[in-house]
Amino acid sequence: MKPEPNDVILHTVTKIASIIIFTFSIDLFWAGHHYPGGGFIGGLTTAAGIVLLYLSFDIEKIRKNLPIDYKKMAALGVLISVFTGLVGMIYGDNFLEQAFGYFNLPVFGKTELATAVLFDIGVALAVIGTAVTIITSISEDEL
Amino acid sequence: MNNLLIWPVIMPLIAGLIFILFRNHIRLQRIISLIVMVLVSGISIIIIGQIKNNGIQTLQLGGWQAPYGIGLVGDMFSMLLVLTSSIVSLCCLLFSFKTIGQGREKHYFYSLFLFLITGVNGSFLTGDLFNLYVFFEILLLASYVLVSLGGGKLQLRETMKYVIINVLSSAFFLIGIAYIYSLTGTLNLAHISVRIAEAGQDGFITTVALLFLLVFGIKAGLFLFYWLPGSYQVPPAAISALFAALLTKVGIYAIIRMFTLVFYHEPEITHTMIGVLAALTMILGGIGAIGYWDISRILTYNVIIGSGFILAGLATFTSFGLLGTVYYLVHDMITKALIFLIAGVIIYLTGTRNIKEMSGLIRNHPYLGWMFFIAALALIGIPPLSGFIGKVFITRGSFEAEYYWLGAIGLITSLMILYSLMKIFMNVFWGETILSEDEEKGSTKGLILPLVLLTALTIALGIGPEWIHSYVEIAVDGLMDPEVYIEAVFAGNDIP
Repeated sequence: MKPEPNDVILHTVTKIASIIIFTFSIDLFWAGHHYPGGGFIGGLTTAAGIVLLYLSFDIEKIRKNLPIDYKKMAALGVLISVFTGLVGMIYGDNFLEQAFGYFNLPVFGKTELATAVLFDIGVALAVIGTAVTIITSISEDEL
Repeated sequence: MNNLLIWPVIMPLIAGLIFILFRNHIRLQRIISLIVMVLVSGISIIIIGQIKNNGIQTLQLGGWQAPYGIGLVGDMFSMLLVLTSSIVSLCCLLFSFKTIGQGREKHYFYSLFLFLITGVNGSFLTGDLFNLYVFFEILLLASYVLVSLGGGKLQLRETMKYVIINVLSSAFFLIGIAYIYSLTGTLNLAHISVRIAEAGQDGFITTVALLFLLVFGIKAGLFLFYWLPGSYQVPPAAISALFAALLTKVGIYAIIRMFTLVFYHEPEITHTMIGVLAALTMILGGIGAIGYWDISRILTYNVIIGSGFILAGLATFTSFGLLGTVYYLVHDMITKALIFLIAGVIIYLTGTRNIKEMSGLIRNHPYLGWMFFIAALALIGIPPLSGFIGKVFITRGSFEAEYYWLGAIGLITSLMILYSLMKIFMNVFWGETILSEDEEKGSTKGLILPLVLLTALTIALGIGPEWIHSYVEIAVDGLMDPEVYIEAVFAGNDIP
């Protein structure tokens, strides 16, 4: 039995930092359409936040609080992306054809909405799922 | 624009992803994967009909026109291969239901199987060099897992070799792509072809061409095949049959595509080189096939001989040679799958790989024996079976191009194939029956159907080449004249 580690500082910093990381990753995700960012690096930053949680708390505790099967998450992500590609075909366009339009939304004012965001959500989920799966399966050897 | 082209790529992908979500529903997975493979075969037949009537079909993904977008191009050559690979993988799938075992099924076997098909079909269909790399990686990643799945000691050892050699060749592939991009400023295959035709294929581009030959040669089992016999014999029969039928063929497809569409200006250097490598491959593969007494090893060396022989047809660079190449490629995919599956049944029945320890199987399993005999004759190239027509055309092409040595080596290796396969046939099926039906380690129940399907295809291809001759001719015309492909991709737009 290992002695209880004294990691108050690590835990406190992680709690604050992970919130910042998750917020930043969402910002990166939304920036994606016109500025640097998007599903891939948004997902990667989120995965980094999750891995930070795994590192400072133990894996069991995080699994209890975030009961997600990351393998399924990755599969679901790719499925979402493929299916958004198929939507264009229903309207007689090419596979992966995207559409966008400008809408007047109550809070945001004139906003551009694009179907590419749906594709990006799929990419983000796939990246989070894959990255976390890889890191947890590497770390499992030592458990 | 033809959206049908995307289905052979994404239908297996979608099904494979759904299987990950429903991991424990094995029966559902079996049924869906069968349906998917049947649908893919059907769609390929429809697309082949469209190509015959309306010329090459293209799909510019996302509506971005070539060369800015990334497109799929279905010409007759690639669609014939998609169709053949779908039928072959359908048979391997049928075979795997009984043999693959629950452990593998629960560990995403069907997902990986379908991801492999995604990669194979994508590689055949893509019109973009970088996408070719991506699809290669998809099929390689799936194959890494399929080789290692089950995790015996032998399997892990061979997987390491297989992964390392393929990662290395993928790295070279990327380097080659970088060279091409810096030389031509584009990655669209048709556009690269136009740019190189404009600027002329100088020494540097020829060097890059040889780099691609090295990369695809490793994947195709051309000369640098030393990794192949090990990694193809360790997985179960259904997987190794799939590998033998499809994986090397994707490499061969890439070589044929690159050296007929892009690097066709200096055949004295590049195609002669392919010819020399093909000859060496055939000789070394033949020696391997003769030398071993292990049934899987003999057959994997036959895969290597097949690769050499197919590329000998490309090396001649005549329309007869290419006609033979296409015929032989289709034939080789079907027959190699058949003979690997039969070998799988034999190993399954006797529990050994050493043909000296087997004898007299034909008494209890006459159908198996005769199907092996038919497959062997087809591989050797005896008329009226499917190997004959390909061999005739390739040999004729090599004599026409005055590569007499290449044609002669092709014929001599046919004798080597004859010896190696008859060695198996005589040892395994003739002689005294040492295993009674009760002593056998497994039964052939449910395994005969895919074998019969493939045997029927081999015979049909041999008896009725005139049915498919018009299709193969269209494929070869497309290969001999890159302009057709380029025009179809740009569809009348200006070529920048």
